[in-house]
Amino acid sequence: MSNPASTTHTPGVLPTGTEVLIEAVGLRKTFGDFVAVDGIDVQVHRGEAFGFLGPNGAGKSSTMRMIGCVSPVSGGSLRILGMDPALDGARIRARLGVVPQQDSLDGELTVRDNLYVYGRYFGIPRAECRRMATELLEFANLTDRADSLVDPLSGGMKRRLTIARALINSPEILLLDEPTTGLDPQARHVLWDRLFRLKRSGVTLVLTTHYMDEAEQLCDRLVVMDKGRIAAEGSPRSLIEQWSTREVLELRFDEDDLSPHARRVEGIGERVEVLPDRLLLYVDDGEAAGRAVHERGVRPLSSLVRRSTLEDVFLRLTGRSLVD
Amino acid sequence: MDPTLVAVRERPRPPLRVLEYFLVLLRRTFRGTIFTGFLSPLLYLVALGYGLGSLVDRGQGLDGVPYVQFIAPGILVATAMQIGVFDASYPVLGAIRWDRQYHAMLATPVGVRDVVTGHIAGITLRSLLSAVVFLVVAYALRAVPSWTGVLSLVAVLLVTVAYATPMFAIAARAQTDVSFTLVFRLGVIPMFLFSGTFFPVSQLPTAIQPIAYVIPLWHGSSLARDATLGTLSWGMDLLHVGYLLLWCVLGGWLATRTLRRRMVV
Ligand SMILES: Nc1ncnc2c1ncn2[C@@H]1O[C@H](COP(=O)(O)OP(=O)(O)O)[C@@H](O)[C@H]1O
Ligand SMILES: [Mg+2]
Repeated sequence: MSNPASTTHTPGVLPTGTEVLIEAVGLRKTFGDFVAVDGIDVQVHRGEAFGFLGPNGAGKSSTMRMIGCVSPVSGGSLRILGMDPALDGARIRARLGVVPQQDSLDGELTVRDNLYVYGRYFGIPRAECRRMATELLEFANLTDRADSLVDPLSGGMKRRLTIARALINSPEILLLDEPTTGLDPQARHVLWDRLFRLKRSGVTLVLTTHYMDEAEQLCDRLVVMDKGRIAAEGSPRSLIEQWSTREVLELRFDEDDLSPHARRVEGIGERVEVLPDRLLLYVDDGEAAGRAVHERGVRPLSSLVRRSTLEDVFLRLTGRSLVD
Repeated sequence: MDPTLVAVRERPRPPLRVLEYFLVLLRRTFRGTIFTGFLSPLLYLVALGYGLGSLVDRGQGLDGVPYVQFIAPGILVATAMQIGVFDASYPVLGAIRWDRQYHAMLATPVGVRDVVTGHIAGITLRSLLSAVVFLVVAYALRAVPSWTGVLSLVAVLLVTVAYATPMFAIAARAQTDVSFTLVFRLGVIPMFLFSGTFFPVSQLPTAIQPIAYVIPLWHGSSLARDATLGTLSWGMDLLHVGYLLLWCVLGGWLATRTLRRRMVV
């Protein structure tokens, strides 16, 4: 594979191959009696950006840690790059890049030394580590902080450094566990831009998130995960088509109990969801639905027509919101 | 994988890579560690060896040995113990819980055993470095009369590992650092005082003398003392080496097992 940091100008999207890099069948993870991952089937192909979308506690990190070969599989089968993590963990890890949910940078070392030392863990020769470090600092937009310690960096910078570090061995698969959680919107967009570049350069991305916008932005294909199980699978668009309507009419009310309103608008769309402060009407034509609501004498505080998102898919599948 | 990439990789020797990390870290934090490393033991040597020693030597010295020559090897290995215990306490828990360096290492081809080996090697190197400086100064001050004193570095190495590995296991089990203070107060300090660092164990009441013989530090200070005084004897000193090795092996096994249980879940 080419070095992702230096081939970011490749135009167009590389065709997604059919070669399966990760294959899980009935994969399980248990902690004592507790079942964190409850028999999931997943296939990730070379070159695609694959996502696990689910709320906290869905089992995303447990799954990622098994794929990263740092957590033993409790049941089912898992093959990565054609190998078995139980037998070939070190050989698989040599070809992965890992961005864990919690940063694991060394605060007492400089930004550059963090990259250098990490490269050495892969047995990359010193000179190449130094060269890669310089290149990746550029990629992560951290060149001017190269010789500062890691501790004082902002959250976004640390995250970018962690991603840069994960690329030092030119991995075939990049695992990103909640890459932008806890970052402000601007820092998230900078990060997404970097991930787009990687995707374009052909790196296979596997990421977890509980942000539906992140999943829609970055993933070619994703699974919706809840309570250790997969609830649905597909591209962001196909999931929305399959599990939601084209548009959503949101009606806000300043009342405690919205169920009387819900009964009165019943039938206008395919479905009504009752949230604490508003009703969601799943409809094909939001404008028309708005008129119908008015005709029935329902007077919301405000109303809004928007397109369906993965959040709606999640709500439909589980009856709960993604982010609480 | 692309064969050209494989070609540029060196043969993987993961423990050495982990050691390299600790060397980079040592270079960064060197100034902060100078004090515990060799300034503090030198202060002990001067204050006790010459200050207190002038009183002790008014008698016979100790078996005819000037006091400063008696305590130099004692301080040497007691420092090795301190470095071993301390460096395998907070830094180990930190690498698990705070900075999480072990998590970073284990996401690469490095394995649990490599982490333990590499970290213990790093601690041992730092300990040896301090010991060399101490020995040179002690030799210049005539606190080390024999050239075989250089062999006391073997005692330093064994004592460091014999203490660092069990401490590593304790730290790899710990949820917080509160137990560390207990280990220092109830473990390290009593051993520092009663294992032949400042006076021969034979000065202790006969009833508690056997306790000293179980303590690795006593074997370390006896071994180092034989080396610096030039009184090495095959039988006794090989016994000391063997006993210390036993601790190293058991401790290493325990440390690896404990870290695996903690990290591989
Ligand atoms: N080491 C562990 N021991 C016990 N329970 C765990 C452990 N790791 C995760 N869990 C539990 O497994 C469930 C799934 O966790 P996780 O995989 O981290 O979910 P997510 O990443 O989707 O938030 C959670 O309920 C969590 O408390
Ligand atoms: Mg998680």
